[in-house]
Amino acid sequence: MAASYDSPSEYIAHHLTFLQKPVGEGSFWVINVDTFVMSLILGFIGLGFLWLVTRRATSGVPSKTQAFVELAVGFVNDQVKSIYHGQSLWVAPIALTVFIWVVLMNAMDFLPVDIMAMIYGWLGIHNWRSVPTADINTTFALALSVFALMIIYGIKSKGIGGWTKELFVAPFGNHPLLWPLNFLFQLVEFISKPLSHSLRLYGNIYAGEIIFLLLGMWAASGLVGTVFSGVLNLGWAIFHILIVLLQAYIFMMLTIVYLAMGEEHH
Amino acid sequence: MDKVQMLAMIQAYTGIGIGLMIGLGALGACVGVGIMCSRFLEGAARQPELMPQLQAKVFLLLGLIDASFIIGVGLAMFFAFANPLLSVIPK
Repeated sequence: MAASYDSPSEYIAHHLTFLQKPVGEGSFWVINVDTFVMSLILGFIGLGFLWLVTRRATSGVPSKTQAFVELAVGFVNDQVKSIYHGQSLWVAPIALTVFIWVVLMNAMDFLPVDIMAMIYGWLGIHNWRSVPTADINTTFALALSVFALMIIYGIKSKGIGGWTKELFVAPFGNHPLLWPLNFLFQLVEFISKPLSHSLRLYGNIYAGEIIFLLLGMWAASGLVGTVFSGVLNLGWAIFHILIVLLQAYIFMMLTIVYLAMGEEHH
Repeated sequence: MDKVQMLAMIQAYTGIGIGLMIGLGALGACVGVGIMCSRFLEGAARQPELMPQLQAKVFLLLGLIDASFIIGVGLAMFFAFANPLLSVIPK
């Protein structure tokens, strides 16, 4: 069967180690190969599915898959229309991409950890983490991309002069004494937005994974432990379905809100 | 102080720290969610036709309020299983 572990911490530590590949000197220049490959595969699957369905879209009576895609696109479009009042046509596709991709990445948390470890063992890989969003690098990459887009949208809609002026003038007013204070506030906002955006998603999915691992460990301690752990595991898995969808929805909504906030004039 | 004593002290205080992180975070999150949901119920009772839209907003705000707590839980788990404070003990 699976490998035997010396201690609970070793079990958890083994399931939480990434498959890393150094691409340079030092401990910063390391790629988590498992995160990279899983997120690429899931991106191709999700967005490829959307592309395939829209290629044969008909304006007559839609097929079931087309109706499903229309449901998702309509849902995201409603959210964007109610929040974003600018001109750009890219905000809704950005939101749809983020939503579909994050839902698929989070959904990898439903795969049972030990069975997947067994399957990966047959393929010769000894530590492979299947949930990309449980890696801080993924969520930070998504949040920093949204942050960069927010700045780009701001510069595009206000001009670089107008954007820098607003850095020093909002939110308190156009008095030279208030300029440092305004800048400080804007700086705090700029730092806290991508941080909270990324850490919320990461924390939810990572904590969910750890609780699955801990409940699984409880099942290893005798019959009573297995029964209780099974019941609690079921409850937590059902709750986790809600969390996966909810966190993807929140990530998408905050993307739209940040992009809308980047364009608004004070 | 020998190594076992140092180890025990670090682990004891880390344990207390983990408990405080999770407990106080849960306190804040639950009180916040309780206040928000009580306002939702009040608003839904006043205007039942707005209930679907308010419910959508409730779920969004639930995720936002839970954010700090879950970040705290993630950090607490990190301290529980890969405690970096233990690295100060010489091998």
